[in-house]
Amino acid sequence: MENNVKKSLRDGFGEALLELGKMNKNVVALTANVAESTRVHWFAKKYPRRFFELGVAEQNMMGVAVGLSQAGKIPFVSAYAVFSPGRSWDQLRVSVCYSNSNVKIVGHHAGLAVGADGATHQALEDIAITRCLPNMTVIAPCDAIESARATMAATKLRGPVYLRMTRDATTILTAKKTKFQIGKINVMRAGSDVTVVGCGPILELALLAADELNKKGISVDVLNCHTIKPLDVNGLIASVSKTKAIVSVEDHQIQGGLGSAVAEALIQNCPVPMEYVGVENTFGESGTSAELWRKYGLTVEKIIEKIDLVLSRKNK
Amino acid sequence: MNYSALKNHARAIRVDIIKMLHAARSGHPAGALGLADIFSVLYFSVLKHNPRRPQWPSRDRLVLSCGHVCPVLYASLARAGYFDIKKLSALRKINSRLQGHPHFGSLPGIESSSGPLGQGMSVAVGLALAAKLDKQNHYIYCVASDGELNEGQSWEALMSATKFKLNNLIFIIDRNRIQIDGFTEEIMPLEPLKKKLKAFGLAVIKINGNKMPAIVKAFNKAKKVKNRPVVIVAETIPGKGVLFMENNPAWHGKAPNDDETKLALKELSHGK
Repeated sequence: MENNVKKSLRDGFGEALLELGKMNKNVVALTANVAESTRVHWFAKKYPRRFFELGVAEQNMMGVAVGLSQAGKIPFVSAYAVFSPGRSWDQLRVSVCYSNSNVKIVGHHAGLAVGADGATHQALEDIAITRCLPNMTVIAPCDAIESARATMAATKLRGPVYLRMTRDATTILTAKKTKFQIGKINVMRAGSDVTVVGCGPILELALLAADELNKKGISVDVLNCHTIKPLDVNGLIASVSKTKAIVSVEDHQIQGGLGSAVAEALIQNCPVPMEYVGVENTFGESGTSAELWRKYGLTVEKIIEKIDLVLSRKNK
Repeated sequence: MNYSALKNHARAIRVDIIKMLHAARSGHPAGALGLADIFSVLYFSVLKHNPRRPQWPSRDRLVLSCGHVCPVLYASLARAGYFDIKKLSALRKINSRLQGHPHFGSLPGIESSSGPLGQGMSVAVGLALAAKLDKQNHYIYCVASDGELNEGQSWEALMSATKFKLNNLIFIIDRNRIQIDGFTEEIMPLEPLKKKLKAFGLAVIKINGNKMPAIVKAFNKAKKVKNRPVVIVAETIPGKGVLFMENNPAWHGKAPNDDETKLALKELSHGK
């Protein structure tokens, strides 16, 4: 963590998109009446001909992006994740994924962490509904540096990519020199007693839990699994074959999210005791991000509690 | 304009449709038969295309948005020379490139995956936007059905086509007045359709979609429109050319059996 500098993922995305505008003339941006809050307004101002405002119509926006991609453009479709891919999922499935279209879907304000807007605007299912689609790549960056990197990397990858963005300024967890490769886990903290795998800004809590446990002599392997699909199965196996226990952490429904993806892979390849930290089959509500995380069990204490649980199961 | 040649192509396409659906034992004959005249005009007169170069960048694009009528597209593509006519019998079968609904990339000449209604209309808007962005002169034709206009996405697509002044985009609405559950005006009334489309900012041309000269004239007129997209409302007879299928919603989505196929093919040969 670099001096507690805070910056939002969407800012990282918006800056990268602006940079891409200069680097690659085929990059175009689309939005559904949320240009500023999704940070495509910087691109829009600089490259107005390559920016398309589609109004509050996410389904049409997704299809329009497909048409643009078929003509060689690289469209970034930017809206709140609850609406896109939430509302435009059928278009994502058929027009984008079935055709393997080169469209980048940027879902903003994901997780409980969007805060005051309440349950209607908190995307807690977006990882689940995107990772089940063939041809899709799903990335949930953990900080502004990583969201910029993911945006760049997604542009180079031919095919549909989902990028999960959050709203608030959050702690920078990676360094400028940290490598980013789609589909490759970053080990944030090396440890040997238990694995904590997470994605998104909530990884900060995993690191804090690791620090706390380190004082007690428990060494935690903290994995930043920014790419949920394709999942870095080898990276997971490398960690759990050493630690023999794992806890997943995410600001998303437990059902269908990162934890599910990890469990699917491990049960087949290297089954070990596992526990999940995430939203437990419920909708959110209004409040600040911090209040919501506390109320819904996305806390350092909860992570430690789950770690204790897997450790006791492992040692039985 | 050689209308008799266009009519012959349309008849051949109809025969193909009946044979394909019979062999597949499922599919959608009514809309496909009703659109055969329009597809004949498109593939044998209007479209700027080259079947030997399906990826030619300057080609006109035809997006079939009402994907369920794809037998008319497959037959037209085969007759135009995109692939062997013999392949048509593989429709809806395992390991076939002729999927039950069009799959982008499966067959040369398919410009978009479609099936869930409304989706092709948005893709067509994107293709037209890209052509404008790249200062290309080709046209985007998008065939959609009247039942398809039940979908909200269809109207989103029309709104955006108008916003971006896409006069390189020509929608063709197959106004055959039937959908799976019955007649369109009973399932979800669309009238006054022409007024609605005009109110959405499109230039509207209403024609008899089974009359060759009217179809050709409509496309010529559509290409002269400046500053806005065009929609051709083509009133067609669902099942056209096969009397027992005509205007009967029951034939929206079922294949003819052996006897019905014989009868249908006999009727189509009489039409010569």
